[in-house]
Amino acid sequence: MADETLDPMVQFLTPEGNFAPSESAEAFLPYFQRLTEADHRKFYRDMVVIRRFDTEATNLQRQGQLALWVPSHGQEGAQVGSAHAAKPQDHIFPAYREHAVGMIRGIDVLEIIRVLRGLTHGGWDPTNPAHKNFHIYTLVIGSQALHATGYGMGINFDGATNTGNLDTDQAVMVYFGDGATSQGDVSEAFVFAASYQTPQVFFIQNNHWAISVPVSVQARVPLYKRGEGFGIPGVQVDGNDVFASYAVTAKQLDDARSGKGPSLIEAHTYRIGAHTSSDDPTKYRTDAELDSWIARDPIARMEAFLRNSGAPQSFFDGVHEEAADFASDIRRRTVTLENPEPASMFTNVYTDPHPVVEEQAAWLAAYEASFDEQGGGH
Amino acid sequence: MVIENLPLGKAINLGLRQALLNDPKVLLMGEDIGTLGGVFRVTEGLKAEFGANRVLDTPLAESGIVGSAIGLAMRGYRPVIEIQFNGFVYPAFDQITSQLAKLTNRHEGAMQFPVVIRIPYGGHIGAVEHHQESNEAYFLHTAGLRVVSPSNPHDAYWMIQEAVQSNDPVIFFEPMSRYWPKADVDTSASGFPLHATRVVRQGTDATLVGHGAMVSVLLQAADVAAQEGMSLEVIDLRSLSPIDYAPVLESVRKTGRCVIAQEAPGNVSLASEVAATITEKCFYSLEAPVLRVTGFDTPFPPAKLEAIYLPDSDRVLDAVDRVLSY
Repeated sequence: MADETLDPMVQFLTPEGNFAPSESAEAFLPYFQRLTEADHRKFYRDMVVIRRFDTEATNLQRQGQLALWVPSHGQEGAQVGSAHAAKPQDHIFPAYREHAVGMIRGIDVLEIIRVLRGLTHGGWDPTNPAHKNFHIYTLVIGSQALHATGYGMGINFDGATNTGNLDTDQAVMVYFGDGATSQGDVSEAFVFAASYQTPQVFFIQNNHWAISVPVSVQARVPLYKRGEGFGIPGVQVDGNDVFASYAVTAKQLDDARSGKGPSLIEAHTYRIGAHTSSDDPTKYRTDAELDSWIARDPIARMEAFLRNSGAPQSFFDGVHEEAADFASDIRRRTVTLENPEPASMFTNVYTDPHPVVEEQAAWLAAYEASFDEQGGGH
Repeated sequence: MVIENLPLGKAINLGLRQALLNDPKVLLMGEDIGTLGGVFRVTEGLKAEFGANRVLDTPLAESGIVGSAIGLAMRGYRPVIEIQFNGFVYPAFDQITSQLAKLTNRHEGAMQFPVVIRIPYGGHIGAVEHHQESNEAYFLHTAGLRVVSPSNPHDAYWMIQEAVQSNDPVIFFEPMSRYWPKADVDTSASGFPLHATRVVRQGTDATLVGHGAMVSVLLQAADVAAQEGMSLEVIDLRSLSPIDYAPVLESVRKTGRCVIAQEAPGNVSLASEVAATITEKCFYSLEAPVLRVTGFDTPFPPAKLEAIYLPDSDRVLDAVDRVLSY
């Protein structure tokens, strides 16, 4: 199946890191060409930093500091490229593994740690301008596809797109995985997006496994074709090639903000790590398959490209030092995070006053206080 | 005071029209609600007046409607959704209960979700399966939702406007069998807030509690009882979540007896919750157990059996006789 689907895939960098654009990459070349050497190095830096963060978070989970971790190891090329392709005015709806996208949009990734430490269900405030419209994670598979589409309908109703100004016209991008493509909500999002011609990119990270179930169970045709019957054109991109991920996403988002309606990107990538810290991938996939994807690693590929382009060793040393510092800072701040106050359970259940919530909050406060009166905690 | 004599469906239509006029962010969404005006014509004329970007004939996908309404709410809109029939709401269950209901909490208050979901419900219209259910309990059990149901045209006119103004999601149950009978609507003042219980008939011997179409049945039962010398108080809950308990408890403390009636099945239902609360809070005032008169714990039957399935005034009075016999 892999050979059949690789045919039209957009690729700029070979797995060895050589610059050799595929025929299908031609339409996206101008978007690659506008990148500077500083951009190249930034892409590499972001991939290394988020992988180091991911490793640190995995360790923190193993040490009992987090209830769960959701590794992004292996998907950095798809995420860093697509995240840099989005413009500040765009709205991004992630699933729950898009740590690199969140970092690039400006959230403090400690907020992701807070969710998985059991301190909050959300974490960050998408309405904070510093977060550049990076919405919170959604754990029910595929549900966010409809939220993104509805948001895109609102952009259309507001006339906030397709005015001819690519620097201000808005678009929406929603991330989900190969497993999510089987969800009804994703198909319904395709229907609504097509009917209302939302300025939207559906970004599928095909990491080949929905926990233990291979993508061949979700789809018998390549996923980039999934949108065709809905009237949504698709592009298949090598997701482990950060340049290809960047260029394709940038063009598709510009098309979206130019009145061309929704499109779909299938980024071919691989979840090198487990689905979550509770998963054991050795039960369902082979070492040979894993090794074949490690050989296509997005960071190693970019490192080879940069070295061939003359980046000095001091650059790489600097990036790794920065990544180590980043991870240390996360560790330091994680272990000092405080538990939420019990009363916080009752806040924001409703926006307007609600008698039941208020009564139960008062009851809990009095109950807790009763232990103090009896002399000592419980 | 401005009085109009209107059926409940038309009262909601006028209430929605007022909401659309008051706030340009209000949108109507649903299946067949635009050009056709909805299968019950509740939204008739509104697409022609406000345009296809305010009154949306959506694709036929309930989860899609609610999920995209959530995205529109994130953008600052106030969508009002019509689910065509009660039994068709389940495809949207995740979007309502796991998304819409919890998103303000998940966002720690950073976003509001003022979405209204209108659901026509209840029996007495002789329809096929999935068209006559009273499925309010599923939503009463979900924190983050508000659930209301008008029993008469005046309340319908005002409650729909108040629901649209709510900053929280509201499930708005419309009693289908009451869409057509006319009654007076005072379009100058509501008189009751959205979440207020209303005593609709004063009495002293027992308290009858209900909502939606059942209120008419309870009033009919009280009329019959009055001819037999019994004085029954009738309470219209109006708001099913949260419930404004004070008038209910005050009434039961006065009468000492209570019957709660609903079309929905009784198991783990609104009536169960109200009965438990009355027992807990009015125990020393009660002269008899609180009784529930409900639909049976079966699927809603084929239409030719619905008159037997649905509680009528005779079954309510049978329960009244039992509470009075203690």
